[in-house]
Amino acid sequence: MSDPQPEPDVAELGVPVVEVERLEVNFKGRVGFFAGLLGRKGSDAKAVDGVSITLHEGEVLALAGESGCGKTTTARAIMGLLIPDAGTIRYRGEPLARSRRGLRGYRRQVQMVFQDPTAALNPRQTIYEIVAEGLRIHGVPGGPDAKTEDELVARALSRAGLRPPERFYLLYPHELSGGQRQRVVIAGALVVDPSVIVADEPVSNLDASVRGEILALLMKLREEFRISILIVTHDLGLAWTVADRVAVMYLGRVVEVGPAEEVLQRPKHPYTKALLNVVPEAGGTERPILQGEPPDPTRIPKGCRFHPRCPVVASGRAERIGILNRCVGEDLALEELAPGHDVACYLTGLGEEP
Amino acid sequence: MSVLSVRDLGIEYQTTGGGVPAVRGVDLEVDRGEVLGLAGESGCGKSTIAGAILRLLPVKTRITGRIELDGNDILELTPGKLRAVRWTAGSIVFQGAMHAMNPVQRIGEQIMEPILVHGQSGEREARIRAGTLLEQVGLPTRRLDDYPHELSGGQKQRIMIAMALACSPSLIVADEPTTALDVMVQAQVLQLLRTLQHDLGLALLFITHDLSVLVEVADRLAIMYAGKIVEQGGAEAVFHSPAHPYTKALAAAFPAIGDMRFRGRPSGLGGDPPDPQQIPSGCPFHPRCAEVTPACSSVTPELWTAGPARLAACVHVSGAPALEGVSR
Amino acid sequence: MQTLDPTPSEPPVLVGEPANLVPPKSPRRIGWARRRRALSAFWKTYRRSRMGMVGLVMMILFILLAVVGPFFVPAKDVSVAFATGKPFQPPTVHWLLGTDNFGRSVLSLIVVGSRISLIVGFAATVVTMVLGAGIGIASGFYGGKTDTLLNALTNWFLVIPWIALAIVMASILGPTLLNIILIIGITSWAGTARLVRAQALTVKERPYVERARALGGGDLHTIAHHILPNVMPVIFANTVLTVALSILAETTLSLLGLGDPNSISWGGIINEAFQAGALSAGYWWWIIPPGVMIVLVVLAFTMCGYALDEIINPRLRAR
Repeated sequence: MSDPQPEPDVAELGVPVVEVERLEVNFKGRVGFFAGLLGRKGSDAKAVDGVSITLHEGEVLALAGESGCGKTTTARAIMGLLIPDAGTIRYRGEPLARSRRGLRGYRRQVQMVFQDPTAALNPRQTIYEIVAEGLRIHGVPGGPDAKTEDELVARALSRAGLRPPERFYLLYPHELSGGQRQRVVIAGALVVDPSVIVADEPVSNLDASVRGEILALLMKLREEFRISILIVTHDLGLAWTVADRVAVMYLGRVVEVGPAEEVLQRPKHPYTKALLNVVPEAGGTERPILQGEPPDPTRIPKGCRFHPRCPVVASGRAERIGILNRCVGEDLALEELAPGHDVACYLTGLGEEP
Repeated sequence: MSVLSVRDLGIEYQTTGGGVPAVRGVDLEVDRGEVLGLAGESGCGKSTIAGAILRLLPVKTRITGRIELDGNDILELTPGKLRAVRWTAGSIVFQGAMHAMNPVQRIGEQIMEPILVHGQSGEREARIRAGTLLEQVGLPTRRLDDYPHELSGGQKQRIMIAMALACSPSLIVADEPTTALDVMVQAQVLQLLRTLQHDLGLALLFITHDLSVLVEVADRLAIMYAGKIVEQGGAEAVFHSPAHPYTKALAAAFPAIGDMRFRGRPSGLGGDPPDPQQIPSGCPFHPRCAEVTPACSSVTPELWTAGPARLAACVHVSGAPALEGVSR
Repeated sequence: MQTLDPTPSEPPVLVGEPANLVPPKSPRRIGWARRRRALSAFWKTYRRSRMGMVGLVMMILFILLAVVGPFFVPAKDVSVAFATGKPFQPPTVHWLLGTDNFGRSVLSLIVVGSRISLIVGFAATVVTMVLGAGIGIASGFYGGKTDTLLNALTNWFLVIPWIALAIVMASILGPTLLNIILIIGITSWAGTARLVRAQALTVKERPYVERARALGGGDLHTIAHHILPNVMPVIFANTVLTVALSILAETTLSLLGLGDPNSISWGGIINEAFQAGALSAGYWWWIIPPGVMIVLVVLAFTMCGYALDEIINPRLRAR
């Protein structure tokens, strides 16, 4: 993605907090012992292949795509939970340290919210212990205006909407509802005063009715504490409700990124459009649904990665307007279409709509 | 004529901590060629109803009321008769397709199994039938010889649908059939279910917590809360102009992209579903309700008329008896 | 984020059941109260197991015997030089279990020997558990080369006949009490390690371990707060069974003459009886009573162990 230019609508963005540049993550293919002896090699998966995204202060950025597109891997790399094969991640301009101490300092600033709150909580710890864990790891409370541990835990729990906090101290995760468990996970992140929250599908394991509450909580944190939030999601409807900007990923690459209003209302990439088509809508006018399986990162097609499933290619339109050769043969990068709105598709070069 | 008719169904699980009422007086009706969507939060009793229809609940469970499936009084059937009815009159598609398959048996054998068990045809015809079923769910016949692990999640769910269709049942119960699937695959499976239902004239009871899925698939919707149906009516009407505050909250959880009312304002329902052993008095929803009135904690609402072909259990609907302090 | 006041701007979230707990002053202290409650719930379940209760009562009796019993036995009763009885006396009212070749009361020997047998049993179990849990956790948690190496070591100890190894070690190290304990510990940790490794492998993949890492926790933190507490139940049930096995191992070693000659243990008594030809001479009172004691103590611990296993492991499976 391009650096922020002094354009009017881009200038509304805060300063960059997390900058990811040309990130690459490969997973080594594994083969069995005997297959290895026979000289067979596993196929490596390029889970993330040159992703550049920037998260600005106080911004909600949605990273969207199907499973296997590399969105979760990107999030995990940003969290420092896996070591990228190439590329840099900068936090407030500083490259992410790989040393233990450097990472620890970074992790106080960048916290994570997990997809399955039930699994993310140790069943043998009380809510108090779970929330206090971050404090104990980072040696807070400390410093002059230090509050006691239990004041900080209480504050985090009530900020996460669990009130009165004391009532939750001694409960175990299994005694809470799914929504409450996710609030505990959020409280556990909030307790160390982070400036960034990476939320990996934060509501997809929750009942539809409580999703809104959790999202509203995240919005409130952004509003009140100017926490930047990266939400990984497969649901563009969710992106519409909460995100300022949306980045759509396909097979390890960002294929479209821009302000949510633009990307979701006037998608410029055929894949974004296909994703929008599957957002359930009342009165379901028959919209074309992309057929086939989610893409396989061990076999990345040449040219535009989306071309084997692209409706523009399949309908013959790509051939008619003379971009087919490039679609199937030439790799392509994101190009700026409008300030802050980048697309990687040959259609846009011709000014065509998907 | 209705394929499935449920009358005053009550289901109580027996646990060491006493009886847990999961379903408390539910009436349902599904006609031939109709899709009824049953929606509600987890724990509202919707999956329990699915289990009761084929009597798949724990033996000790207390079931009252009446379930009529294809003319059979399910709750009165002898075990032998019940086995005959299962799968031929009604079958079920579960959520966890991955776990409902035998990993060491070929797909073909698993689809043939119910056909052979019910003695509907011999081995050879059963295999031909299995092949046809595979094509119906959009997979090539050669897949019959595959093992489950060779299939993707979406393909497994297609196989589950093929298995459900095997004995040409009149009713298919789909319990969260797409919840575990990826977005694109979910849309594909929904499309498939809709096409099959339409082409075969099946009755389909579609159970999910995801109201937006139902709007695309269902003809009619029934919304469940704390073991009871709280609203019923045509799918579009219920989704677009919900009468019950609970339905309103559920519907509001699904934003329409491009609708600025949703932008930056996620909405949902506060609080948690009630404990089935401690259901609030009056309207069970009143502690979480945005339109609660003083009458709500004492008056137990019934399914009152809420418009043409619409029923809702709320004191605010037009068909409710006049109550003090309740405005409509 | 510091400027924020924590006062709620939305209504409090409803909890299903307002846990009947007094709002705590010190969370950690009440955390212990909470654990005590969990323990009492566990006791309630345990009490329902008849096998477990019989085992427990027997176990407590044995422990009492070992702790208190020897104080009631005068030193001269078990001394080779000052024993007052005649050799090889069959059981009488005065000599309840007869005497041995030095005229010592077999009953007194058994009472005194119980202490050594149990000490060896418990101490060797501690060694087993520390080694087994440490190696199992390291192997399962770190994975990779560490795992390959430690797992190979574990398997090696599992497959070689322990008795052969024990004999070799005992003859090299010399038969002192401490060495016996070490030998038993070193030859029997492998089973525990394998069990712990398997559990650590599954726990390590749980998202809460990843959450701990995302919070900034290091390996030691993760092991202490997440792996160990979740491996503990497996270790616990295993421990009680290991005590039984260790007592048996001590008996075996003593029987082979590899026990500490300066201390009296049940295995040692039987060994001496054998050497004095008690079996062929028909001095049954010298062999059978210590044998029965060994069988009973092993039974007691095994019963407790199985009862614990039955309670703990279904829970693990259910989760």
